[in-house]
Amino acid sequence: MIKTDALIIGAGPTGLFTAHQLKIIGLDCQIVDNLDKAGGQCIELYPDKPIYDIPAIPECTGEELTQNLMKQLEPFNIKYHLNERVDEVKRKDDNWEVKTNKGTEFITPNVIIAGGVGSFEPRKFPLKECEQYEDKSIFYSIKDKKIFEGKTVTIFGGGDSALDWAVELSKNSKINLVHRRDEFRGAEATVNKVHELVKSGKLNLYTKCQISKVNGSKKLVSVEITNESKEVKSLTTDFVLGFFGLVMQLGPIANWGLNLNKKTIEVDTEKFETNQKGIYAVGDICTYPGKLKLILSGFHEGALAARACFKLARPNEKYRFEFTTSSKTIKDRLGVKSD
Amino acid sequence: MTKIKYIEHNGKEHTIDVQNGLTVMEGAIQNDIPGIDADCGGSMACATCHVYVNDEWYNKLDEKTEGEDDMIDQAYDPKKNSRLSCQITVSEKIEGLVVRLPEKQV
Repeated sequence: MIKTDALIIGAGPTGLFTAHQLKIIGLDCQIVDNLDKAGGQCIELYPDKPIYDIPAIPECTGEELTQNLMKQLEPFNIKYHLNERVDEVKRKDDNWEVKTNKGTEFITPNVIIAGGVGSFEPRKFPLKECEQYEDKSIFYSIKDKKIFEGKTVTIFGGGDSALDWAVELSKNSKINLVHRRDEFRGAEATVNKVHELVKSGKLNLYTKCQISKVNGSKKLVSVEITNESKEVKSLTTDFVLGFFGLVMQLGPIANWGLNLNKKTIEVDTEKFETNQKGIYAVGDICTYPGKLKLILSGFHEGALAARACFKLARPNEKYRFEFTTSSKTIKDRLGVKSD
Repeated sequence: MTKIKYIEHNGKEHTIDVQNGLTVMEGAIQNDIPGIDADCGGSMACATCHVYVNDEWYNKLDEKTEGEDDMIDQAYDPKKNSRLSCQITVSEKIEGLVVRLPEKQV
């Protein structure tokens, strides 16, 4: 079991800056995120889109913002637990026992939820009967591409994931690529490559079509696609892959006994504490009168929640407010020279 | 104010006076219409404010941008008349617009 002063759930901009604030005031912390990298919505939804309302940064992309926040954390050696989702948060005396889906366990007096709009999960096919084949012959992400060798794979989607995998798997598999319109949103070079593969007969492309049925009993046998004129075509296939991006689900957070308002968590505006002592919510996931869903609001909320953590993590010490410009203690923590 | 009719997947109708200048998505959120999630808050990054626009209206609306169509690729059960309601601005021009909500958004 890992002991820490504060556990942050979510490695988006708010979670990252909250970690910075905790370390600056001398608390240690660890971060858990369901994605495979830090950055949250900034990286997952709009890595290339410029943001214009970060104070003192006239323009930066989601990716640049993430990189800069990570750089700001470099002096602190933060432990990240990526690809892990927090499933359980339980009271244990004055602490919280936290468990992830990978079995990592934490004990901490402070849990800071910086979860954005929940965790990102792959968007699935709308057909209910797809569920029984999920993780057997229907996949929404690929862990081991070897299982597709020599097989027929039908891929749905029009973005980079769908196109990249269509190109990659076409080397050793028979590929059907199905997309709901003629235009692809993937990189131009990959789109060109797909069209080359179609010309050379290595890939069958079906556009303006969508999945309408899957057939099989224990094993998936074929998938039916329907075009805009309602014509149905059946494709014999061993595997089906769907790449429709990610959706955000509040997920297990809903089960932790917190006061929820739609998909957000109610907090006070002094400590950004929830109705549970020692559990805070900051960034897009929290709500209070006047809440603005801006990154800068998340930074403010994280800074205050971090100070509130001090009380529970160091009950016998008094927190002293200090500036980074003048405090020797803070400069030592940052590893920079004092004047 | 402009009247917008939202029809839930189960057929329940809500006719709402929405302030001009807001989006059809904001009209739904501010009036607690079930069936529009709008997770990203209107930044065209999530496809959870997806609606179907009746044929008679579809061509009267301003054309969707390529970015919107890119996101609709990721919507739940997209159709030919799919739109993201965060990209439809309310004005007198669309008085009486009817949007149908999909079975669900995710």
